[in-house]
Amino acid sequence: MARALIEALNLEVHYGGIAAVKGISFAVEQNEIVCLIGANGAGKTSTLKALARMIPSRGEIHYGGEHIEALPSHRLIGRGLALVPEGRGIFARLTIAENLAMGAYHRRDAAGIASDFERVYGLLPRLKERARQVAGTLSGGEQQMLAIGRALMGRPRLLLLDEPSMGLAPLMVEKVFEVIRAVAAEGMTILLVEQNARLALEVCSRGYVMESGLITLADSSAALLADPRVRSAYLGE
Amino acid sequence: MSPRDAGTVSSGFERSPTMDILLQQIINGLTTGSVYAVVALGYTMVYGVIQLINFAHGEVVMIGAMVAFSVISALAGGSLPPLAIVLAGVIAAIPACMAIGYLLERAAYRPLRHAPRLAPLITAIGMSIILQHLALLIWGRNPLAFPQIIDNRVFAIGGAAISSVQIAIILMSLAMMAGLSWFVYRTRFGIAIRATAENVHVAGLMGVNADRVIAATFVIGAGLGAVAGVMYGSYYGIAHYTMGFSLGLKAFSAAVLGGIGNIAGAMLGGILLGLVEALGTGYVGDLTDLCRWPGAGGDIGWMGAHCADGAHFVLFGSNYQEVFAFLMLILVLVFRPSGLLGERVSERA
Repeated sequence: MARALIEALNLEVHYGGIAAVKGISFAVEQNEIVCLIGANGAGKTSTLKALARMIPSRGEIHYGGEHIEALPSHRLIGRGLALVPEGRGIFARLTIAENLAMGAYHRRDAAGIASDFERVYGLLPRLKERARQVAGTLSGGEQQMLAIGRALMGRPRLLLLDEPSMGLAPLMVEKVFEVIRAVAAEGMTILLVEQNARLALEVCSRGYVMESGLITLADSSAALLADPRVRSAYLGE
Repeated sequence: MSPRDAGTVSSGFERSPTMDILLQQIINGLTTGSVYAVVALGYTMVYGVIQLINFAHGEVVMIGAMVAFSVISALAGGSLPPLAIVLAGVIAAIPACMAIGYLLERAAYRPLRHAPRLAPLITAIGMSIILQHLALLIWGRNPLAFPQIIDNRVFAIGGAAISSVQIAIILMSLAMMAGLSWFVYRTRFGIAIRATAENVHVAGLMGVNADRVIAATFVIGAGLGAVAGVMYGSYYGIAHYTMGFSLGLKAFSAAVLGGIGNIAGAMLGGILLGLVEALGTGYVGDLTDLCRWPGAGGDIGWMGAHCADGAHFVLFGSNYQEVFAFLMLILVLVFRPSGLLGERVSERA
């Protein structure tokens, strides 16, 4: 078995006295698309935030053969770990081009950044048309595209996506997932957190199911889609 | 219309004294206003990033003036040309203020970054008092006078006068504002400052070290403030350990007027505040002279003998200068709390 790109061991997240994540272990290997599904409040977002070191946690996190528990959040993108946060977190008062430039903030290779601008604009042509507009004028779906494009500008090795479908119209969700598929097809390693279990499992090869801070199921996407517990709890059947 | 007024009515292109006063007050207002604008930038940049009103900023500006005046006084007797002496004063003041700005952030505010908002605010007021009394200990309670080394030439424009010091202040302020705008809107680190102001956590995900950005806003604001302090001091000819208080409060009002946290707003607010203050001071005496009110003056007016023989009965004179900035602050807070340019672009859900 290949060594995992990221691996969490007994990860715990506490807010005050309340445990949001109660000791979970999981791994994502190079070039894998893995999803973490579960209901609202199951601890999915807390898990991603802990991986990106945005919140303190207990337990171990190995990334690229290194312990990252003690690193501050701003040191991770330089190591290739990018998080597209829940609610997109675009910079509404910055232009679209500035948002994308922020994605490449840690990089110094001007030529590489310029070619990645073209790559992202090729993937998301709507953004190129409106590059000089402030990002706050974009629709919700376009903002989600921008957030993904911004993460790609960092040339990550691992992309953490937190609820990319949240608050979007069904047509827009389709488009966002088309982009995610395109990125995945290029060989990106992705850990996707989603409430929309069917969508997520259709994109991913493997999945984990989270319930009240614990991982209750872990299997291939096909097996999870067929699992009666998943079907009744998350697929509305 | 009384016969007394008839003589001052202008016809055609003939200039009236009233117009000259207007132009003069605009020049004076632009001078002080551009200083307010530069100081306001220090408040607004820090607020934009950490939502803290750094009430000690006025004192940093004051220390800039004190340091520069000390250096200028020490060099005044020597053989250096006057401009080089002033420049030496400014060059000494900038790093001194930057160091104080950095220390303030590092020692006073950073430990309170995650404390309730009232704690750093009260600390800021405390730091302001400490710096003021530190200046009192170092420079004493008497004002420092700006040595008469510069030949302050006065030029006539359209019936008003503008001095070379005023021209220098306006041009330097505009240059600093242009430089800061370029830095904040066109450079990589400037974009990172604006991104951090909007969302410090997401900026962190992009690799931005928030501590460095926050420290930078203090240092840049203090550096601008140092130059502003020297300009303000040389305009009035004195520097004093208490000068930072009212200058700081006015610049803070200017930042609120423009929309606190908004860089363009601070510049606009500063210049507007300077103009309002100058025009208000210039006209408040005339406007509140009861003898000039309709039907009041002359021997038969309702003011009676008070206005006999062209006498004046002025309610509010130019000693009310300090009132205008704060009147404006109150009006903004009541009618447009987000300031002139403070409209925030909403992030769509």
